[in-house]
Amino acid sequence: MNGPPKAVSQPVEQLRYARLLDWGTRAGLLVLVLSFAAYMSGLTDPHVPLERLATLWGQPVDSYLAQTQAPQGWGWLALVRHSDVAGLVGIAILAGCSLLCLLALVPLYWRRGDKAFVALCLAEVAVVVLAASGWLTGGH
Amino acid sequence: MHAPRSAVLGSGLLLFAASAQAAAPSAAAGVPWWVWPLALFVVCFLMGIVAVPAGIGGGTLFVPIVGSFFPFHLDFVRGAGLLVALASALAAGPMLLRSGLGSLRLALPLAVLASASSIGGAMLGLAMPAHVVQILLGCVVLGIVVLMFVAKKSEFPQVDRPDALSQALALNGIFVDGASGRVVHWQVHRTLPGLFVFLGIGVLAGMFGIGAGWANVPALNLLMGAPVKVAAGTSGLVLSLVDSSAAWVYINKGAVLPMIAVPSVVGMMLGARIGARLLTVLKGSVIRRMVIAVLLFAGARAMLKGTGIWP
Repeated sequence: MNGPPKAVSQPVEQLRYARLLDWGTRAGLLVLVLSFAAYMSGLTDPHVPLERLATLWGQPVDSYLAQTQAPQGWGWLALVRHSDVAGLVGIAILAGCSLLCLLALVPLYWRRGDKAFVALCLAEVAVVVLAASGWLTGGH
Repeated sequence: MHAPRSAVLGSGLLLFAASAQAAAPSAAAGVPWWVWPLALFVVCFLMGIVAVPAGIGGGTLFVPIVGSFFPFHLDFVRGAGLLVALASALAAGPMLLRSGLGSLRLALPLAVLASASSIGGAMLGLAMPAHVVQILLGCVVLGIVVLMFVAKKSEFPQVDRPDALSQALALNGIFVDGASGRVVHWQVHRTLPGLFVFLGIGVLAGMFGIGAGWANVPALNLLMGAPVKVAAGTSGLVLSLVDSSAAWVYINKGAVLPMIAVPSVVGMMLGARIGARLLTVLKGSVIRRMVIAVLLFAGARAMLKGTGIWP
């Protein structure tokens, strides 16, 4: 089953996924750190002032939302000018970067006639999109 | 010489968590707000260092420790915990894929089911009262401790014949084992039971916001017969997809606060880089024992907090 050492190359779809995942993760982390630096430096006003945040972060999320009028679902995009909400941009990139990687695999599997993996990629994309849509949580 | 260093690191984590707990009641009594994100960064940095030699994901440590010893509500802690596990899995993913230690073919079928069930788990977790989630979290954490004690690993499990589903999906691969320098061909079996197990793992990951590497690796290695290194690498890929789905539920519910999530992610990732470099210096078995002690404490604390005995 095992053999002597030699150069082993991984499947082309695996390498494509790795390359895109690498860039997506770097972009997400960069945006995350930069937006947090802006948040801490006070460059722009946060939606919830820092002193007030400390009195609210011990409460359940429903209570926090009620007291801060913070939006649910994609409503945060309308408030992205605020430094605390801007932090969600990097988080959204991290939580969404796998989508691009999966979609990039579909043509490769399709050309090879690997219909099972075309279906699996599209099914995983559908699951993540469903979760991201906010439809299930009533926050779209 | 190595054991004392490991003990110092583990003790540091315990002391820091305990001092955060001691300060928690005074949160409303004038402790400056910035103390908590800073303490969170330091604790996550220490968790990142010990997580690698202990062979456990940082996300598994995060929720029980931060949920038990910091003043943040469990809703926000679980949201941040998912992001910690997600960011760690995403950062490690490209290297694992290029080396062949992570298999996309093996990860995808498992991830589809686990992602779907993680959404259900996340919704369930956010709908349940916090004290119930605390008690269940305590049970899961104590279960992880038991698993860490009893679970054996099989370096290269014997898989004589892959099952029909594994053959149809071509769930096999090849990698160069760094320790022996040999090329290893692998295949898996018991695919259907494996898929069912990952359905359950997804629910736990979504409900508690913990990375589920502690469950993924035994399922892939002991149940499905993947070599332990492939199991660990593929577990990271599955996590990156499962935690993406569950994280969106928390984001949409407003349960992700950048003030909690960002110091946690950055601290954990910096710590993990140092932990990986210290792998040869630190004594893994000592670190592992210290982590088990911390998890025992955090698990018991979560149960006592949930039952109201130690609020």
